[in-house]
Amino acid sequence: MKTIKSISGTAIPLALDNVDTDMIIPATYLTSTEATGYGKHVFQRLKDQDSNFVFNQSVFKGANILISQHSFGCGSSREHAVWALLEAGIEAVIAISFADIFKNNSAQNGLVLITLPEEQIFSMLSFAKKTEYHLTIDVCEKTLTSSQGEHIEFSLDPFYQYCLVNGLGHLDYLLNHQEAISHFKQTQQNRAYIRMPEK
Amino acid sequence: MVKKNIIEKIWDMHKVSQMEGHPAIVAIDCTLIHEVTSAPAFECLKERRLAVYDRKYTVATIDHSIPTRVDRINIKDAAAKKQIALLRKNVEDFGIRFFDYDSGYQGIVHVIGPELGLTQPGMTLVCGDSHTATHGAFGAFAFGIGTSVLSHVLATGCLLMHKPKVMRVHFEGMPGQEVYSKDVILKLISILGINGASGYVIEYTGEFVRRLSMEKRMTLCNMSIECGAIAGLISPDETTFDYIKNKPFAPSHTDWQAAVKHWQSIASDENCPYDKSIVVNIENLKPMITWGTNPAQAIEIDQCIPQPEALSETEKHMAEMALNYIQLNPGSKIEGVSIDWAFVGSCTNGRIEDLREVAAILKDNRVHPSVTMYIVPGSEQVRQLAEREGLDEIFKKAGADFRMPGCSLCIAMNEDKIPLNQRCISTTNRNFVGRQGSGSYTHLASPATVATSAIFGKITSPEYFHKEGQ
Repeated sequence: MKTIKSISGTAIPLALDNVDTDMIIPATYLTSTEATGYGKHVFQRLKDQDSNFVFNQSVFKGANILISQHSFGCGSSREHAVWALLEAGIEAVIAISFADIFKNNSAQNGLVLITLPEEQIFSMLSFAKKTEYHLTIDVCEKTLTSSQGEHIEFSLDPFYQYCLVNGLGHLDYLLNHQEAISHFKQTQQNRAYIRMPEK
Repeated sequence: MVKKNIIEKIWDMHKVSQMEGHPAIVAIDCTLIHEVTSAPAFECLKERRLAVYDRKYTVATIDHSIPTRVDRINIKDAAAKKQIALLRKNVEDFGIRFFDYDSGYQGIVHVIGPELGLTQPGMTLVCGDSHTATHGAFGAFAFGIGTSVLSHVLATGCLLMHKPKVMRVHFEGMPGQEVYSKDVILKLISILGINGASGYVIEYTGEFVRRLSMEKRMTLCNMSIECGAIAGLISPDETTFDYIKNKPFAPSHTDWQAAVKHWQSIASDENCPYDKSIVVNIENLKPMITWGTNPAQAIEIDQCIPQPEALSETEKHMAEMALNYIQLNPGSKIEGVSIDWAFVGSCTNGRIEDLREVAAILKDNRVHPSVTMYIVPGSEQVRQLAEREGLDEIFKKAGADFRMPGCSLCIAMNEDKIPLNQRCISTTNRNFVGRQGSGSYTHLASPATVATSAIFGKITSPEYFHKEGQ
């Protein structure tokens, strides 16, 4: 995984609660067997329904930071949602809260998620709607600065931050512990009760 | 002795190691695979020349993108066809047990796991699907993962995870007539909201839960994700053990006593601590139905659709958007709204008990001429049993379409889709915008409510039907 120390760019205001992964990438695009090809369909239904939807507005072309509200990424476990956002150029999502599986999927792909309090988010959303709102996210220092002169501190899970900054993937971490895993699995008791008949 | 809840016990039994400040390495006992979320995970293993670590405990099937027509072998969608062909190749290349069409065991992953006896108390179980919590009905710690984490589990038999918090949801009282676990979980989600249980695993307790059959418990646990929970589970008891006994993958006769003893030991200790506890009163609860575009937007069937002004500031905006999409008026009655489609199926409500309840209502009745009704069994086993019991004949006579097993209209990835601007009452788990087909409207309810509404051509309480029928 690539290392991510900072992200800067323009913010897109997505002033919605409960942005679910069906919204981010509808199921109809999930018959692909690849992890790529979803970016052009990101928020497809919302883009089709509303010509004023933020992802249809030319002012947000090239913007790379999404600001949203409560429980972003809820619903289906599809990692395709993270792949679609990244491929559409989104490098970070700032929201009031995130759904757990989406959070985990983002961590695996280097999509940076930042949680901020409601008042902060609403103020940021209003800036992003009115002006070209430029943000710089420093993952190492856990700070966010804006073109409006804001300087905001945020918290990150220390391990998540360590993985981002060092480009460490969870699979490598697990493979480094293979010996302990094998020992554990060989001595594990409860699995003896699962009877696996011959094929 | 320190008293522990079921999740703490399962956690302690599966924690391989944990470095300070890091998530724990957690051993996974069983992995279920389907065609939609697995291909890049296998690709990752191929690229890194890794084998599947726990081949023996990894099981695959096809469910999401397959047709539910009788001639389902003939997949018309080129992408879906390729996806299924690739899964067949991957299970072959990696030596994974696979339940294909002709195996007699094909079906929705969360229906076949329990049917096979693969889902057992105290185990950790994962699948690239958010409704994996279904298996929690057995007292298993079962949760959905993405494709990357699936590759970790395939390669190492483990994943990285922070210890989850545990919330006890205690149901008090008994619901009214024709009220099922589907109604109870919709009630809970409507109270907690879409992310009310975020970061928690829920343990469901109470007399109501203890009296539920395993299938009803599965429905309850299945929708835990809809209030944001990582998983939802029920401590195992005699009902659990009776269900597992004699299933193909259940412990052998010689292991049975030891297995039951182990399973009993993982149930939550009496008066054990939880990170959070809530009590939900379900005394006299009526059948529930959703009026909006997320599962928390649900009311009792005799209530009126809420006025957005009466809701909190955050809920208000979502309610306005939902009502605008779903073409219903605030303050109006949900009962009596005309429907075009009725769907029975999915990992939530596609099991034999669901089909029996639907058949009991459809018997000697006709599906309303303006309604198309699909009944899609959750698995081959469910389908065959329904046929042996003659349920298929009842469905056909009533004018419903009894189809082949799969996810079908729950995710509408295959040919089954609700057309634009048509309204469907559905036993599924999500009523998100366009979930059942672009521009379609979904109302989530129990199989009994769906069957009753199908007959009347409008949203109708199953209690009402029974009164009339008597």
